[in-house]
Amino acid sequence: MTAPVQTRTKFTELSARERAAALLDHGTFRELIGPFERLESPHLEPQGVVPACDDGVVVARGDLDGERAVVLAVEGLFQGGGIGEVSGAKIAGPLELALRDAERGHPIRPVLLLETGGIRLQEANLGLLALAEVHAAIVALCRHVPVVGVVAGLVGCFGGMAIAAGLCSHLVMTREGRLGLNGPQVIEQEAGVAELDSEDRRLIWGTIGGEQRTATGVADALVEDDVAKVAEAVRAAFAAGPPAEHRSAQVGRYEARLAEIDTSEPLDGSALRALWGDGEDDR
Amino acid sequence: MSRGKTWFEALAGTDAREAKPASVLCADGTVGDERVRFLAVVPNPEAKFPRSREGELGLEEGWALARHVRDAVVEDGDGDPRALVAVVDVPGQPYGYREELLGLHLALAAAVDAYATARLAGHPVVALVVGQAISGAFLAHGMQANRILALEDPGVTVQVMSKRSTARVTQRSVDELDEIAEEVPATAYDITSFARLGALHRLIEGVDADEPVTEDVETVRDALAEAISSARRDGSSDLSGRLASLEAHQHRSASLRVRKRLVEEWSG
Repeated sequence: MTAPVQTRTKFTELSARERAAALLDHGTFRELIGPFERLESPHLEPQGVVPACDDGVVVARGDLDGERAVVLAVEGLFQGGGIGEVSGAKIAGPLELALRDAERGHPIRPVLLLETGGIRLQEANLGLLALAEVHAAIVALCRHVPVVGVVAGLVGCFGGMAIAAGLCSHLVMTREGRLGLNGPQVIEQEAGVAELDSEDRRLIWGTIGGEQRTATGVADALVEDDVAKVAEAVRAAFAAGPPAEHRSAQVGRYEARLAEIDTSEPLDGSALRALWGDGEDDR
Repeated sequence: MSRGKTWFEALAGTDAREAKPASVLCADGTVGDERVRFLAVVPNPEAKFPRSREGELGLEEGWALARHVRDAVVEDGDGDPRALVAVVDVPGQPYGYREELLGLHLALAAAVDAYATARLAGHPVVALVVGQAISGAFLAHGMQANRILALEDPGVTVQVMSKRSTARVTQRSVDELDEIAEEVPATAYDITSFARLGALHRLIEGVDADEPVTEDVETVRDALAEAISSARRDGSSDLSGRLASLEAHQHRSASLRVRKRLVEEWSG
């Protein structure tokens, strides 16, 4: 069994390609549809946006603890990790192939590295269709093998990809990571600064940050922003196997959780931790 | 009355007034010989979470849809899975602090998971778009269907964000957005442009979307019956049909090219 090189490197300082390589067993990284194939988005240039030769998603095959794996890493630095037609297909397509392999009795470990603001607005409905296909593949794949998501930062995970994160069997986050449907700026724009001040970092991370999400059971593991720690958490998730019931299938639990919320009272992150923290409400 | 409610009542034959929450209507009925569970998200001025009072698909709505869909899957577990019809008229998701804190993304994931699970279990899932189909709300309620039908009507729109918000986020005027949409059908709002992307099973023409008469309802019921039987006949439980369409070969060619390359390179 080959473990990744032990280095004290911040995971969030790595590019998507470096993140994928760092997670996989040492020397097993192999990129599919790499940058030299120049499969870029055909929709950006006509709208005055310079395309990227990998469209901001890295598809990597390799091993995790000696088992076949596929890592799909979104590059948050390109267009905020926005999902367009090509980048979306580079996530849905490998998941569909992983499903095909699993159905043939050759399961493969799927990992999603999620740094994305959601659908790329320039490609709009093409992104919407791609995301529906990503969701469909995750739900089907989860029946065979755990699907592990990582939200490390610095972009966070929002929009339709946050729904994808919600479908994952196991979710790893760092303190820097944020997970929510609508980003803080969009909420401030749509509902006003009184609803949410998008510049109030303490408030934002106390609401949708990794520590809050894991404390309330909306994510599973909180790890340091360190390559070795993230790699360890991903391996541990596969070693643990699938959850007894996926979070997105826990209807009774979450309907009960919502039922006890009194909307006439103010609610913040720490108040919610008192209610939902450490499975309080399940005891 | 919202279009979602109008069409739900016309098709299901009930106002489902006992619904809990009142924003998620669910009733069992029939289409031809098929047993069908109809589902719709409608405005509820009394909603517990105020930002979901105008038909937005929020926390309670996502989990309630999941419950209704999963109940049907469990009840039909020993065979004969009934059809599910999602009547789609959703202006989007709520934008709010409390919604994010309480895991809105997970509520939407719950609905996605439920519909996809039903589809995989052999339930024909049909989405009928009668009004707005916006963003996360459409992903949660409609996009996991085996078949998507839509009324051909100017009020039927599919997009990832309202036009007003898109203009603000992209710092473009609404007029500029309309110009771009002429060139890039994926950014347009109208249902005819969406149809060009190949994901629609059928566009239903000549129906009054706001005030349907008996004849209009019959036209839609016929289309539903055809979609359900086509889904049963085809037997595939994934979404691959969307990319197999003629339109997709033209307007989603990059999606197909990526998949072709992946197959070639997958095993190294």
